[in-house]
Amino acid sequence: MIRLDHVFKQYPNDREALYDVSFAVNAGEFVFLTGRSGAGKSSILKLLTLIELPTRGTVTVNGQKTNELPSRAIPAFRRRLGVVFQDHQLLMNRPVYDNIALPLMVSDTRFRDIDKRVRAALDQVDLLGKEHVSPAELSIGEQQRVGIARAVVARPTVLIADEPTGNLDHGLAREVMNLFRRFQDVGVTVLIATHDMALVREFAQREILIDEGRVFSAMPPDPGSGADPSLGTRVAG
Amino acid sequence: MISPAAFFSRHVQAMLSAFGRLIRQPLGTLLTVFVIAIALALPTTLWLVVKNAQIAAGDVTDSIELSVFFRTEVPIEKAEQLAATARQRTGVGEVILISADDALKEFRDYSGFGAALEALRGNPLPHVITVKLAAEAANPRGVESLRRYLAAWPEVESVRFDGAWVRRLAAVLDFLNDVFVVFSIVLGVGVLAVVGNAIRLEIRGRRAEIEVTKLVGGTNAFVRRSFLYEGLVFGLLGGTAAVGIVSFAVAGLSDPVSRLAALYGGRFALTGVEPIEALIVTGGGAVLGLFGAWLGAARLIARIEARD
Repeated sequence: MIRLDHVFKQYPNDREALYDVSFAVNAGEFVFLTGRSGAGKSSILKLLTLIELPTRGTVTVNGQKTNELPSRAIPAFRRRLGVVFQDHQLLMNRPVYDNIALPLMVSDTRFRDIDKRVRAALDQVDLLGKEHVSPAELSIGEQQRVGIARAVVARPTVLIADEPTGNLDHGLAREVMNLFRRFQDVGVTVLIATHDMALVREFAQREILIDEGRVFSAMPPDPGSGADPSLGTRVAG
Repeated sequence: MISPAAFFSRHVQAMLSAFGRLIRQPLGTLLTVFVIAIALALPTTLWLVVKNAQIAAGDVTDSIELSVFFRTEVPIEKAEQLAATARQRTGVGEVILISADDALKEFRDYSGFGAALEALRGNPLPHVITVKLAAEAANPRGVESLRRYLAAWPEVESVRFDGAWVRRLAAVLDFLNDVFVVFSIVLGVGVLAVVGNAIRLEIRGRRAEIEVTKLVGGTNAFVRRSFLYEGLVFGLLGGTAAVGIVSFAVAGLSDPVSRLAALYGGRFALTGVEPIEALIVTGGGAVLGLFGAWLGAARLIARIEARD
């Protein structure tokens, strides 16, 4: 589902963000990508969402190697991912409904279906009735839930979240994590970048620790999943 | 593959979204539309000047006339036959034969030299035909062609026509026409630049929104669509406003021009923007707006990607 093989990433300012990173996340898995700020978690998410390409190595998502995708195939690739951003990235000049409908609009879904699916997504994040409200009028927690609803409305196979609980108190953070768990329950692969170790311990899912651009430690994937265990057990020396 | 209904509804949505944005920024929209309207009104006005000048010149050229003097030995029967031949020629409106006898009688009656003419042994005047051109041939080329044709007849002594003023008038109209073409091109490029610039500013102001749209899988075409409709609407409104401005000006000038024509003993009414011309100006504005938006949006949108 997600696989990084010997990935290096160097930015134009010569900063080496990732160094020989390899790991895999199986279909339907719930994995935490942990590490302190600047460790390389965001760089990995940028590679997964094709905001950036690796300098070396291969990134494979949903069976597609990102560096082999032509530019015109990138939008379709992204439509199969759900992404939750730390700063929500909501359109503040549009109502909640429009924000959530955006991934469906860009995928040419019929209006009738858009309405149904937006309401279903709102229901999942417990925001039904707030569809016509501007995101600016919502609390931070509610804004994050709008971001999650937008990420899942197009029924992606992979859900990626960058510090989704960064701005939330512990109670709200738990609520958001429970939401992600519910998506995993219906078969969505979930990869969450976070440095909230209390939550990681509480939810006890597989963890990939990144430090200074390297995979520092990782629990192996579920043995029953069929994944190459070596991709999850690499320890930087 | 997107269904036709979904395709149509997406375009309607992009159009409504463009309208919504323009309405939410009334001052900016008005200023842009006003600049486009002025840019389109100038060549439209020039076109009306050319058109009205051509109509006015058409009234004058009705009086273009050639006088064909036959040799004195040509008999009246031959002159009548040649007059009939002239009538058959394309571009000839009216042919009048003035026989030598009629000419002499007229000269005698009006010149005051009646007694002196009695002293003449014969009639020294030739038969003459006056040839008026048909409206479609009343131009320098038509006049010259007919003059050569008539002058080539062996029975003809001379053909007289004071054609300098016709050539001058035609040159002035040609010049105005050329000015119209140059103005149209220059101001058309101006409209492209105005719309392109307005769209680029709009895109820069909505960069974050474009980044998010692309991150959730929006194609460049999807993002571009609403900006293209914005350019189209700018052009449509600008074209419509240009027609309004010019029509208003024509209505204001109509009476003074008619009064001026009356002072010179003529009747002339200014011709305004015809429905088909209004359609061309509005449609042209829409096409320029669309193309300008494309120029402003295409590369800029393709370059926008979330990086931070």
